[in-house]
Order: sequence, then C-alpha cells, then structure tokens
Amino acid sequence: MSTTANIVERFCSLTPELVVFCGSVVVGVTGLSKSRSIRNATSFICTLSLVLALIAMAQNWGGRVSSGILLPTVSLYVGALALLMGIGFVALATGSMDRLYEDALSRGVTTFDANKVFRGEFFAFMLLSICGVMLVPGSPDLIWLFLALELTSLPTYIMVAISRGTRRAQEAAVKYFFLGAMSTAMLVYGFAMLYGSTGSLQFVHIKDALTAQAAMGGIDAVGTIGLIMIMIGLCFKMTAAPMHFYAPDVYEGAAAPVTAFLSFIPKIAGLTALLLVLHAAGWGTSLPQSLQATLWMVSVLTMTLGNVGAILQRNTKRMMSYSSISHSGYMLMAFIAGPELGLPALLVYLLAYGLSNGALFGGLISVERQGQEIEKLEDLAGLARRHPSAAAWIALGSASLMGMPPFLGFWAKLILFIAVIKAGHTPLVVIAAVNSVISVWYYLRLAGVPILSPAGPAAEGVVKAPSAWPRLAAMVFGISVLLLPFFLNRIMNAATAAARPVPNATTLEVQKATAVVIAPTVVDRTHPN
Amino acid sequence: MNPLTLIVLPLLGAIATAIGPSSWARWTAFLFSLAVLAGSIVCAVQFPEWHTGRYWPDANEGSTLKAFGISMQLGGDSVNMLLLLLTTFMVPLTLAGSFSGITERHREYYTWFMLLEASLMLAFLSRDLILFYVGYEFTLVPMFFLISIWGGTQRRPAAIKFFLFTFLGSIFTLAAGIYVAARSAEASGVWDFGLASLTRFGCEQLTDREQFWVFAGLVAGFAVKTPVFPVHSWLPLAHDQAPTGGSVILAAVLLKLGTYGVYRIALPMAPAGAVELASFFGVLGILAIVVTAMICWVQTDVKKLIAYSSISHMGFVIMGLFAFNPIGMQGSIMYMISHGLSTGALFLCIGMIYERFHTKEMDAMSGLARHMPVWGTFMIIFTLASLGLPGLNGFPGEFLCLMGTFVAEHDQPAGYPGVMGPWFAVVAAGGLILGAMYLLIMLGKIVWGPLKVPGASADPHEHAHGDQGHGGLSRDLNVREIAILLPIAIACFFTGLYPRLLLDVTEPSAREALVSFPEHVNAYNAARGKVNPSGAKQSVTLMPSPTGSLPRLMIEQPLQVTP
Repeated sequence: MSTTANIVERFCSLTPELVVFCGSVVVGVTGLSKSRSIRNATSFICTLSLVLALIAMAQNWGGRVSSGILLPTVSLYVGALALLMGIGFVALATGSMDRLYEDALSRGVTTFDANKVFRGEFFAFMLLSICGVMLVPGSPDLIWLFLALELTSLPTYIMVAISRGTRRAQEAAVKYFFLGAMSTAMLVYGFAMLYGSTGSLQFVHIKDALTAQAAMGGIDAVGTIGLIMIMIGLCFKMTAAPMHFYAPDVYEGAAAPVTAFLSFIPKIAGLTALLLVLHAAGWGTSLPQSLQATLWMVSVLTMTLGNVGAILQRNTKRMMSYSSISHSGYMLMAFIAGPELGLPALLVYLLAYGLSNGALFGGLISVERQGQEIEKLEDLAGLARRHPSAAAWIALGSASLMGMPPFLGFWAKLILFIAVIKAGHTPLVVIAAVNSVISVWYYLRLAGVPILSPAGPAAEGVVKAPSAWPRLAAMVFGISVLLLPFFLNRIMNAATAAARPVPNATTLEVQKATAVVIAPTVVDRTHPN
Repeated sequence: MNPLTLIVLPLLGAIATAIGPSSWARWTAFLFSLAVLAGSIVCAVQFPEWHTGRYWPDANEGSTLKAFGISMQLGGDSVNMLLLLLTTFMVPLTLAGSFSGITERHREYYTWFMLLEASLMLAFLSRDLILFYVGYEFTLVPMFFLISIWGGTQRRPAAIKFFLFTFLGSIFTLAAGIYVAARSAEASGVWDFGLASLTRFGCEQLTDREQFWVFAGLVAGFAVKTPVFPVHSWLPLAHDQAPTGGSVILAAVLLKLGTYGVYRIALPMAPAGAVELASFFGVLGILAIVVTAMICWVQTDVKKLIAYSSISHMGFVIMGLFAFNPIGMQGSIMYMISHGLSTGALFLCIGMIYERFHTKEMDAMSGLARHMPVWGTFMIIFTLASLGLPGLNGFPGEFLCLMGTFVAEHDQPAGYPGVMGPWFAVVAAGGLILGAMYLLIMLGKIVWGPLKVPGASADPHEHAHGDQGHGGLSRDLNVREIAILLPIAIACFFTGLYPRLLLDVTEPSAREALVSFPEHVNAYNAARGKVNPSGAKQSVTLMPSPTGSLPRLMIEQPLQVTP
C-alpha cells in the first residue's frame, strides 16, 4: 500500500470533520457581511454544516479513522454526540451574539463596522472546536491527539472573550487562557515522558511497549509519571479535581451559551483523550496500581468538591460550573470500572449529562433582563408564573441531573452505579451516593426558586428573550430528557456496540474488509510488505 | 384487567388536569381518581390469588433495558392488592377534601396529586426492583411541591427536609439493591432486577455478613420513609406544614411505602441480616411507641399531635414485622391498612376544623362537639379507632402485632421462633396506655369541655351569625364533608368488626415472606446459646403441623373474641 494512497484514504475518512471545517470558513465570512440578512444566516449555515456532517457520518462516507486503540465506533458515537449537541449549542447562542450592536444598527444609531461584529468569528470558532472533538477519538498517535485537543481548546478561549462585551468576559478569557496553557504544558511534558519511556508516538506501539513493561514487572517510573502528568493535564479539560479551580470564574465570566458549550465540548474531548491514554496503558488488563489509585482519588475529590462548592453559590452559572465539576467526578468512576463495564456507562452518561445540562441552560438562556442574561438565583423567583416553560425546563434539567427517576439522568446514573458495583468498587458508589444527596440540596434550590418563590423586587423586569431559538433548543433538550428513557435499550445497545473490546491484530483484517479504515500504522504492521 | 391501566389512568388524569382549564381541574382529577378506584375494584374482583400468596398476573413482560435485566413486570399478591385498594380509596376522598382548602393554583395542585397517585400505583404494582424504586422515589417530587406551594408558614424548610431525608435514605436502598443484583449476575451470568429472582438469590446465596449490610442498606431508605424512631424528625414538620390533602395522603399511603418495602423487599431478601438486626429494631420500635407517645402528650398543635401519633403507631408495625411469625406479620399489614384509614381520616377532620377557624392550637378551641355535633361524632370515632378500641379497626392490628412480639421467643414450638419475646411485648403494651391517654386528652380538650370557638372572643360578630359558619363553610360539616368521612368510618367499623376478611387473605402471603426465617433465627439463637428444642428441621415447613398448630390457633382466637 503506497503512502499517497494512504494519505488520500485518510483524508476521505475525515469527511465529516472536513464538512465542519468548511462550514467554519464560510461562517467566518458571512458573519462579516454588510447585509443584515446574510449575517443572520450565519447560524443557519452553521447548523447546516453540522447536519451535513451528521449525514456524512451516518452514510459512512469514507469510513471512520481509527486509532487502533479504540474502535471506530467510539469515534462515531462521540462524533455524532458532539455534532448533535453542537446543533443545540448553536441554537442556544443564536440571538445573544451581537445582540446589542444589532439592535443599535436596526435603530440606525450606528453604522455598520466590521470590526465590531463578532458573530462570524464566534460561530466559526464554535465549529472548529466541535471539529477538534470529533478528531480526538480517532487519534493514532500523540501528535494527532495533541493537535486535536488544542483545536478543541484554543477556540474556546476566544469564544469566552468575545461572548460578551464586559470586562468580566475578558478577565475570564485571560484566566482561562493562561491556566489552559499551563495544563497544556503539563500534557506535552507527559507526552514527552511517555515517548521517552516507550520510544514511540503511535498508540499501538505505546500500548505494546507498556504491556511488555507491565509483564516485566511494572511500567517504569518515567512512563508512570508521564501517564499521571497526562492525566492531570487532561483534568483541566474535563474540569476534574486538582485542575478544576478555573471553572467557576470562567463559567461565570462567559456568556451563558458559551458556558453551556464549555461544560460539554471540552469535557467530552478530555474524557475521550483519557480513554485513549488509559487504553494504551493497559486499561482493564494491566493498568498500574498508581494510575488506578490516582483515578480513584481524582474522582472522589472532584465529585465532593463540586457538590460541596455548588451548595454555597447564589449565582446560577457558578452553581452550574460546580455541578459540571461534580458530574466529571461521576464520569471518572466509569474509568475505574474498566473498559468492559465502564465505557458503555460513560457513553450513556455523557448523553444524559449533555441533554439535561442543555435543558437547564436552555431554560436560563430563554429569559433575560434589559438585554442582559440573568445570573442570580433571586432573579429566577416567580419564573413559573411568568414564563412557565423556562421554569419547567430548568426544573426538568435539575431533576435529571440530580438523578431523580424516571428522567434520563437517573438511568444514566443507575447504569454507571451498576457498572461500578459490578467492578467491585462498592465504597466508591457509596461515596457517589452521598454526593448525589448533597447535590439534591442545590438542584432543589435551582428547580424550586422559579416555581415556589414569589417574584420579589429582584426578579423585576425579567422577560422572555426575543430569539425563539434558545427556547426551541431548551424544549428539544427537555423533551428528550423526558422521553429518551423509553428508548434506553437502544441507547444502551448503541453504547455497548461502541464500546466493544478492541480486536487484536488478527481480526483487524476483518475490520478493514468491512470498509472501516484502520490507522495506516496498524495496517502496515499486519502487512509487513 | 391489565395492571398497567391503573398506572396509565392517573397519568392521563394528570395530563388532562394540566391542559384543561383551571376551573375544571378539581373535577377532572376527581373523576379520574374515581375511575382509578373503579379500575382497582375490577382488578381486585378479578384477582384470583387472594388465598394463595401467589402473584398475579405472573407474566414476564418485555424487558425495557435488556443489558441490565430491568423489566416492566407488574403484578401483585394479596398484600399489594390491599395497599392498592387503600390508595385508590383514599385518593378520591382526599381530593374531595381539598376542594375548599385549596384556593390558589388549582390546576397545579390536582396535577401533582394525580402524578402522586400514578407513582404510588407504580410502586405498589412493580415486581422489578428498579421499577419499584422509580415509583417509590418519584413520590417525592409531587409531595415536595404539595408541601412547599400549598403548605403553612414553614413550608419551604419542611419540604426540603422531607426531600433530603428521604432521598438520602433511599439512595442506600438503591445501592444495596444493585449490589444484590450484581452478585446475582456474577453467579448466574444474567442480569435480572426482578424482585422474585433477586429475593431468591439474596436469601439463598449471600453470606450472613453480606446479608447484614444488604439489609442495613435496604432498610436505611425504608426506615426513613416509615419512619422508624431516630430518623423520624422530618415527619412532624412535613405533616404540620403540608396542606390537608398532602397530610392525608402522606399518613395514609406514603408511610406505607416504607413498611411495604421492609415487608416485601428487605425482609425476604436478606433474612440473616434481618435476624441479626431484629432486636435492634425491636428496641427502636419500643422507643418509637413510648417516646413519641410522650412527645404527643406535650403537643399543643392538634396536627402535630396526630403526626407524632403516626410515628408511635408505626412502631407497632415495626415490632410486628420483626417478630418473624405470621401473627406479627399479619398484624402489621392489618395495622398498615387501619392506620391508613383512621389517621388519614383524623387529618381530614383536623383539616375541616382548620378551614373554619384557621388554627390548629388545642388551647384555642374547646367543646366543639356542641358547636359541630356531626364533626364531633366522626372525630371521636376516628380517635377511638386510632387508639385501638376493640370493635374498631385499630385493635386487631395492634393486638396481633403485640401478640406476635410476645410469642417471638427462641423456643417457640410452633415453627416460628423469634428473637424478641414477652418483655418486648410488655413494654410496648405500656405505650398503648400512653397512646390512649394523649388521644383522650386531646378529645377532652377540643371535643368536650366548655364551648370555646376559636376567634369568637376576638370577633363576636362572626359568632353571632349563628348557623353561618366560618371561612364560607357551614357551621357543622356540610354534605360533601360528611360524604368524605362516612365511607372511611364504615371501612373502620367493617375492618374492626370483621378483620377475618383481611387476615385470611394476608396469611399465605405472610407465610411466603417468612419461608427462610425459622432457619436463620434458630442459627442466630443457637450462636447465643439458645437452642430451639423443636429443632430447625421441622420449622422450615410452610404449613403448621397438624398437632401443634399454634399459629393458626392463635390467629383464630382473636377473631372469635372480637365482637
């Protein structure tokens, strides 16, 4: 097999990503147009490219790339999830970007200045970030993984900065950028040490080398430290414990649609990257004790700090940031359960978390005051009387996130708990259970204030946001949280299929015959010519 | 009739109430709850297993989540049917009782109520642990809103305390259940959350130590819900603050979820753990009976007094359940039903007073029997039923619970040894006297004595209206209110005078639940040097031996004695 053919094949396998990339280029141009209608078309083009990418993925155009570590199906599941949620995030952000400037334009107060509109960049970066997530699960080597992770993260720094015209957004962006750079440095350092220990950048080779080391009496110190540093670097992306501290400030500073985006897309990238790295380190078979213990501690710390932190908050976005931290802790439990049990549970949980979180944010975004989003819990008082649908989606999202049956979040948590108990970590489940109870405290407040409290002076002037798209997105998220439990079997089947064990070298041939493109290196190894 | 109908019907009722106009809400909900009552009666008439202790329908419906064997199995045995009938009987009456008390947000109130009924139906009809949990746990949401929107001045803290306590407990129930299922899947290779198979696996395969922790976990949730003595503190607050309808349904049905869970899930699934903890729970039961009876004594708020008396009464149920013999078991089921009727009715009576005078303070009212003779009559009937006067429904249950405890000794020759015994029964019976005292004192204060109508002195004009009562209601009970209380009173007399109907149908179920107990109890007692002379072998038999059939004799005796 020639190298050129390989590269072409590789490119073809990236059709969905390429579609999203093209979308981001087009969007970046249309957002700057002088014509108002073209500017308004930006988010439609955005959605269109995401839908096209989904179709490309469903039609399996060009197949999917595989790292040889994870099956292409994981990349399919994660990619489809990112695209679907991406459509929701575009809808949530539509209407709030450039809102005040567009108002001023339409009133004729100012004239159009291309330097003052951010809509194009914003949606372009959003698409690029989604594109990055889609690339993560297919990474064949560390370089690819690094680039994919950075493609996910870098746009989000800018998105935070341009999401609102306030100083707080700028401050949040700068904080986010510097801390992100630090975490990336740790990540790269870890990569370097892993390379030093195994002598390869390819995941397949790393896996072989680490398995060999483990069989010889354990992974060497350089490799172990490298793995732990990678993990800590990734903790930043998924807002897990030692690296979670930035989240409240950044989430608070960014506009609510960006906060919703941040609480899902970088997180899913980090979790998928961790999947890859752990698979390479012999997840489920020969994972070093030190890594297992680190995972355990990180998980427990993350969920506890997240839940306890959230209780103290009066700002909805800060509360949601802590809630998102705690959910990372729950999801890390899946890693402790091992690939066979934990991976399907993780995939289902990601879906449930994304939808419930989306419904909650959708409810928050669909109301505003004087063109500004509402942030304080008191602002929500009496919402159920004035805007029952917004209150309903907030309540539904909270109930699902706290794990109240029969909503989707309960089933995801149930499947996760089952997996972890099955893997023999009952104490961990007990800790998670206690954490769930703590979380009830603040989710009840979030769900209760809009419905129970009478509208006080703090809640004056809260009106429905003019754009219907966030409301529509909230409705879709909310209804799926309500109805998807009836299709749980299918979701579970999809997740289990995605999480099948990786075939060993002899079955790779079969994989290729079914039009699934495997990473070139793997193919080369099975065809030594 | 498919049991699923009984769950779907209230759900449809909730949807119809929610989308219909606000002025129709009460009637929509009421009609739907009547339809559910009719459906459950049809179900009860069709139910073929009243005297066998078997489940019906016994079909295994399609699995909803194949990967983990969670299935949509619905059905029940005679105990489920009784609790079902209790629920469907109380809900329409409670709704009718709310007509005048609920003055705002009608639509929401009745929607939440129908949702509550749906989730109760689900909990009582599930034969799958997860499905049960869904129904059991979801009752929190409607109840939370019922308390925190239509409750008293302290409603928010009360609702949050109620929610947190129950959630904390029940998540341990869930974890213990998953643990048993995981161990069972390990052994058989197939995931199955069906209660029947989990119970079989739990009592046969788990080690004693595992059973101890499983039982502790399962009971953690049920004990909070029941409530058992030290974790009861959410209940008085919730009852006190809830609107009348909420209090009624909470006392009549929701508390039964806890004891039902102990009866159906915790005891059969982990018998060794239950035996290990039996004396502990026996002591807790006694504490509940005696201590809360004393707390009742010092209450000045009628509603709080009734709420505390609930805890005291639940103590008897706990004693009966942990006696490990059919007498105690049947007694506790009997008591669950009769407590649902009489305490529910008491809360309704108090609600009727509150709607008229807007106070629940005992010091503010006195001698109301002269002012409202019909109300007084009902109040006296239900109070006497609650304190266990023979001839009314409280007595058979209370008596059988105590009797079961009394005979629960290690050397019981009848085949059902226990770990408690006469001393437990004697101390608990002391609580009976206390119960009679505080309830009679309450009656003496508010029903009898010199007439003192609340608010009369402050506003003499209102009192001068004569027949015209307060709060837009007639002075004494109106037709609607009598129509609510009368069916409950008839049910109280009926179950009190002819308890055999209930006892006959619960006996097979109780024996079924106790199959594995004699063996475990004997082992437990033998380890403490108390050997059962009649041996373990004989005791495993389900039917009593023809010669020494003490349980049957003992069950029939009170029946003959009762007038």
